[in-house]
Amino acid sequence: MTVTQVSTTQAKSMPSLPRLEEMQVVYKKPESLTDAHTHYCPGCTHGIIHRLIAEVIDELGVRERTIGVAPVGCAVFAYEYFNVDGCEAAHGRAPAMATGLKRVMPNHIIFTYQGDGDLASIGGNEILHAAGRGENLTVIFVNNAVYGMTGGQMAPTTPPGMVTTSSPFGRDIQSQGYPMHITEMLAIMPGVAYAARRSMHSVAEIRKTKKAIRLAFEAQLKNLGLGIVEILSSCPTNWHLGPVESLDFIRDRMIPIFPLGELKVHEALKQSK
Amino acid sequence: MAARGTVVIDRDRCKGCELCVTACPQHVLHLDDAYNARGYRPVRLDEDENFCTGCGVCAVVCPDVVFTVYRMPKAARMRAA
Repeated sequence: MTVTQVSTTQAKSMPSLPRLEEMQVVYKKPESLTDAHTHYCPGCTHGIIHRLIAEVIDELGVRERTIGVAPVGCAVFAYEYFNVDGCEAAHGRAPAMATGLKRVMPNHIIFTYQGDGDLASIGGNEILHAAGRGENLTVIFVNNAVYGMTGGQMAPTTPPGMVTTSSPFGRDIQSQGYPMHITEMLAIMPGVAYAARRSMHSVAEIRKTKKAIRLAFEAQLKNLGLGIVEILSSCPTNWHLGPVESLDFIRDRMIPIFPLGELKVHEALKQSK
Repeated sequence: MAARGTVVIDRDRCKGCELCVTACPQHVLHLDDAYNARGYRPVRLDEDENFCTGCGVCAVVCPDVVFTVYRMPKAARMRAA
């Protein structure tokens, strides 16, 4: 840490307060994250999702044998932020690259971290066939309803009526179609062991998201098949909203279209819950 | 009410998004008036009326892992009360 700050008012009014060393650390940065400062915009919930994944990797004790596959999109530098081995796949091809890694190194834990432009659009083929083959992978699917990195264009997951740079009058379902429900599509496939949709809009949901990510990793550890967690995330910059208003947007506009919950849980995972 | 915990803030990691400011149940987090090295107004712990309980909600919502959360052990909490 560089510059830190401890409350001075507290020290004055509370002379009997124990020193910092005497207190219990209830939260600190997980080991699986590097010290790098992320390039994400202020208030972007990508950072929260990175932290949750790192916490799960720490808790499972698999940091030394985990490989992350970064996507093309806002999370393109994810390999800089995770303190695990990582590589960068071509746009949408993370599940294909992860398949190769997992088959060559079956004892390693492979996860892909993909956005909605990456996974739902150009990578729709790869994720469906990875699920069809029942590959032992963990897929973290970050759905923020737009193409974030390229300037907020309409994605396959954009809600109807939402204004983006490529749907300036709002997404019109007559000409631009309906949002795609990738996690529901995957949940009905027998190769998928765990499928859930969670959100970043509240503290309670963030905690549930962590449990879902943990189960998706456990599915891989038990060789049950593909585990996918879709996470509704915010994009304050491209939504033209403040960070806090963006969370309200997730709650009011996205959750009615993308209902939260566990869509599929393998029998063997139910015991570990 | 006495403070039951505290947070250490890594000022230079903070981007001033205010997610923790709205999430803090004790309302003890505010944005600083000064800027950090990256040009953001980082969060600051201000304990005037309420005190930090070390609940860790700020760390849960923080996208930039700014917080290290400390909580008083039970015995020390009894002494301070």
